[in-house]
Amino acid sequence: MLLSSGFGTVLHYAESVVGLPADDVLTERLRSGDEDAFALLLDGWSGGMLRMARSFVSTEESAAEVVQETWLAVIEGIERFEGRSSLKTWVYRILTNTAKRRGTREHKVVPMSSVDDSGPTVDPSRFRPAGDPFPGHWWDFPPAWPSPEQGLLSGEVRERLAEALDELPERQRLVVVLRDVEGRPYDEVCELLGITAANQRVLLHRARAFLRGKLEEYYMREGEVS
Amino acid sequence: MSDIDCREFVERVTSYLEGDLDAQAEQDFIDHLALCDGCERYLDQMRQTTQALTDLPADTLPGDARSALLNAFRSRR
Repeated sequence: MLLSSGFGTVLHYAESVVGLPADDVLTERLRSGDEDAFALLLDGWSGGMLRMARSFVSTEESAAEVVQETWLAVIEGIERFEGRSSLKTWVYRILTNTAKRRGTREHKVVPMSSVDDSGPTVDPSRFRPAGDPFPGHWWDFPPAWPSPEQGLLSGEVRERLAEALDELPERQRLVVVLRDVEGRPYDEVCELLGITAANQRVLLHRARAFLRGKLEEYYMREGEVS
Repeated sequence: MSDIDCREFVERVTSYLEGDLDAQAEQDFIDHLALCDGCERYLDQMRQTTQALTDLPADTLPGDARSALLNAFRSRR
């Protein structure tokens, strides 16, 4: 659970815990028909893949089918994996392409180029107006959150966060799911979604700010802030 | 006082975390951070939010799909 501030080097929690073998080892085991290795990947990655697919298609069922189709393509195509990207990147490329095709068929189009993401991410009324001795500064600081016990979030908080994710505009959701939930590096996310780095940063920022706001609302409702 | 205000600070948080601010903008950001407890808290909460996202439980593939895929792997390999 290590978050770094530099260039998208986010170590994914699940991976750091599960500790999958290195890519070349995994690839070799898959090629030689090692079922345990396949099951390891299947169980380790399908959850994230489902979440990702769900942003492109209309139903849970479709998402599950996209993930299945992706794994079948991986089984068929593992010989062609050349190791130029990480194995997971390669799998996610297949997933994204499969999901996009499927989404198009279902007429669910995720426009990746429109610029509908502008304006402040924090309610302007929280800052002092022009003419004030301290224009643009907080009226009141954001309320402090309770510190999570032993670094763990309550199930309740996680549920709120999952709900808030569903409320995000699709492009923002795709970016924040890939970057923060799945821990994919920024260059891979640009490539998978066909967006520029600047565009990704804007979407990521808006998504995170929205989610922070939802957590703040939740803590305030529960009277847990100070 | 630094060159940016709180309203600007909150919009630069992700650029800062991504390492995308140029040297001057990063200096302004850090100068502001040093002086403003509210923004320090805001930055920390953005970090906490990001962190919390890594802890979200994942969906699982339906059991029959899982066994179908294991079968497919077995018969193909």
